[in-house]
Amino acid sequence: MTPDDLRAQVAGFLAAHDPKTTDRLEFLRARYDAGLAWVHFPEGLGGQGAPRALQPVVDAAFAAAGAPDNDPRRIGIGLGMAAPTILAFGTEEQRTRYLRPLWTGEEVWCQLFSEPGAGSDLAALATRAVRDGDDWVVTGQKVWTSGAHNSQWAILVTRTDPDVPKHQGMTYFLCDMTAPGVEVRPLRQITGEAEFNEVFLTGVRIPDTQRLGAVGEGWKVAQTTLMNERVAIGGNALPREGGLIGMVSKTWRERPELRTPELRDRLVQHWAEAESLRLAASRLRQQLTAGAPGPEGSAMKVAFSELNQKLTGLEIELLGEEGLRYDDWTLRRPEKVDFLGREAGYRYLRAKGNSIEGGTSEVLRNIISERVLGLPSEPRVDKDVAWKDLPR
Amino acid sequence: MSELPTPDLLYSDVEEDLRASVRDLLTDRAAPAALLARVETAEPYDLKLWKTLAADLGAAGLMVPEKLGGHGASARETAVVLEELGRSVAPVPFLGSAVLATSALLAAGGSVAAELLPRLAGGELTGALAVPLSTAPGAAFPATVSVDDDGTLSGRAGTVVDASVAELLVVPATGPEGPGLYAVEASAAQVTELVSLDLTRRVADVGLDHAAARLVVGGAAAEAALDTALTTAAGLLASEQTGLTEWALTTTVTYLKGRYQFGRPVGGFQSLKHRLANLYTDLVNARATARYAADALAGGYDVPIAVAVAQARVAPIAVHAVEEAIQLHGGIGMTWEHPAHLFLKRAKSDELAFGTPGRHRARLADLVDLPA
Repeated sequence: MTPDDLRAQVAGFLAAHDPKTTDRLEFLRARYDAGLAWVHFPEGLGGQGAPRALQPVVDAAFAAAGAPDNDPRRIGIGLGMAAPTILAFGTEEQRTRYLRPLWTGEEVWCQLFSEPGAGSDLAALATRAVRDGDDWVVTGQKVWTSGAHNSQWAILVTRTDPDVPKHQGMTYFLCDMTAPGVEVRPLRQITGEAEFNEVFLTGVRIPDTQRLGAVGEGWKVAQTTLMNERVAIGGNALPREGGLIGMVSKTWRERPELRTPELRDRLVQHWAEAESLRLAASRLRQQLTAGAPGPEGSAMKVAFSELNQKLTGLEIELLGEEGLRYDDWTLRRPEKVDFLGREAGYRYLRAKGNSIEGGTSEVLRNIISERVLGLPSEPRVDKDVAWKDLPR
Repeated sequence: MSELPTPDLLYSDVEEDLRASVRDLLTDRAAPAALLARVETAEPYDLKLWKTLAADLGAAGLMVPEKLGGHGASARETAVVLEELGRSVAPVPFLGSAVLATSALLAAGGSVAAELLPRLAGGELTGALAVPLSTAPGAAFPATVSVDDDGTLSGRAGTVVDASVAELLVVPATGPEGPGLYAVEASAAQVTELVSLDLTRRVADVGLDHAAARLVVGGAAAEAALDTALTTAAGLLASEQTGLTEWALTTTVTYLKGRYQFGRPVGGFQSLKHRLANLYTDLVNARATARYAADALAGGYDVPIAVAVAQARVAPIAVHAVEEAIQLHGGIGMTWEHPAHLFLKRAKSDELAFGTPGRHRARLADLVDLPA
């Protein structure tokens, strides 16, 4: 399989399905059925078993023809987390049922993992699933669920056996978000808006056919999901002055009246830090391409969130009087994080989440020190204790 | 921002082979105990080791084209050697000779340079560039040495790195016809080694009193050659600083795994683990930044910004890393017998070399249009 083979396939597909006259959804379904959705997926499931590295070739060929896409940012959790997990652990029926509408965006997915009592310690989760005939009955509370209010489906981890140590008694499900007993409430953040939700599950019936993986294997299945999350977070290449540093530098250039020597030295310090981090990210990608993935990803995330927090704080100071204002405290329900589209106050507040979401910086430092540097693990007092006996 | 070429931030197989040879040599011949034993003797430099590194391994001629007797490699390979020298603080005049004097002559060109470069590249001649080690790229051409009417040089240059073991001095001097770079035999000068903060890389005062000299290059080309040498050295020093950082991290991790207090390895305490995780994060940034500077120097693109970022970022990372190593080692890290102080003295001296991080930040601000 070469890039040219794939380009030829796309050209053939476009000849049979003119993007200008074909209905968007029909076009996307046909693209899936032609194996041109995610080429590294198996035949019959939107792919053709091609190397993952060839996907950009296909996407570029479709984009060049002005073809509609599946709005990947809107369905990022489905594409990045649910799909690889369903592919890895799903039955043939499950893969066939869920992957096509997931990829076309007809069905949007969200993730029901974190709980008020299970954040960094996800394996402590308490949402109970109890077997009842062909169904499971689920009761509990999930939190930090982006997009729950727009989703048809969720990937869900539950506690099915409280009598064994915490990692052993979990089971993974695909949960219908429109089922009775699912209640989604906006979770308002310090920015005023509500990107996330709390999801209350009260006696929700989930058919056993929507279980993903074996009973009691939920932790293993969830690891696949989380590994794919880390890959998705560390992904994008930026040019020099890409992102936040470019925005603050632009303000500096355009607003001489705001400048002071002290702010200048801090700004250029951050400029250099942003450039180092950009180079480190490039280097990490080059290692991945060369087939030798490095363990630097966790370090990149720690550094990236610290820099964002320093830069957004500096930006408010730079703005002086304007820094005392805020653009809008109204409770909004954004579909995407609009880091660059909103104003400095929003960025300052939203960046506080960078060192918490997707693994806190403290947990990441544990990971770096234990898995990269080989230092002793934190003492695990909960390892051999039944989940029900853990202090909480 | 204009379009830049895609840098190669990895190490090639050839570069890894070179690293392995240099590391083997330094592990064998520059172990910490040997370095410590040497620092207070009359021979603080290990000139036998220098000959092996420069001549037998060919490290001195990496940046020199084959037609001038070198190996026709580039700044990228030289950077790999410097990483290893940083990991070992080996007492050899690589920076003064293979980086500073060699870069100045390469940039100068001409027949005198063409005569001297093969000898420098082959390791039979050791050179130094007669400017204070703290001279930053972009500094004014030094005015402390003047050209006399008879063509000899008089004046002085202080804190010249590696001068005490150099046979050849490349001297910036100013005469009636303007600035020039001159070649002076060290035996024609008064070279006085100073008590140096860095025990494994010394600075010396160079005094010239009607010293015989040959003009290498004059005029604006002399100023440009000097600046190229300082820029190259500043950019490549980031690789040495990366090596210092790597030493600090790996040595401290090893020590904290084996040091027990309160019945546990000290490296199991989270406050210490997190400090080491931060050092690792710094090292990842340092390596990518230093690698970019080396690639930019080798490819001749984006050099001023790459070098300013490298020194602004990597110099303080190295100092901080070694300072952390000393703190995390506890009492033993403060003793003369433990080699950590050699690395601290190198890291702090390196921070001043070719301009402090603050100077490079100020320069960077101008280069990337962040006006005062």
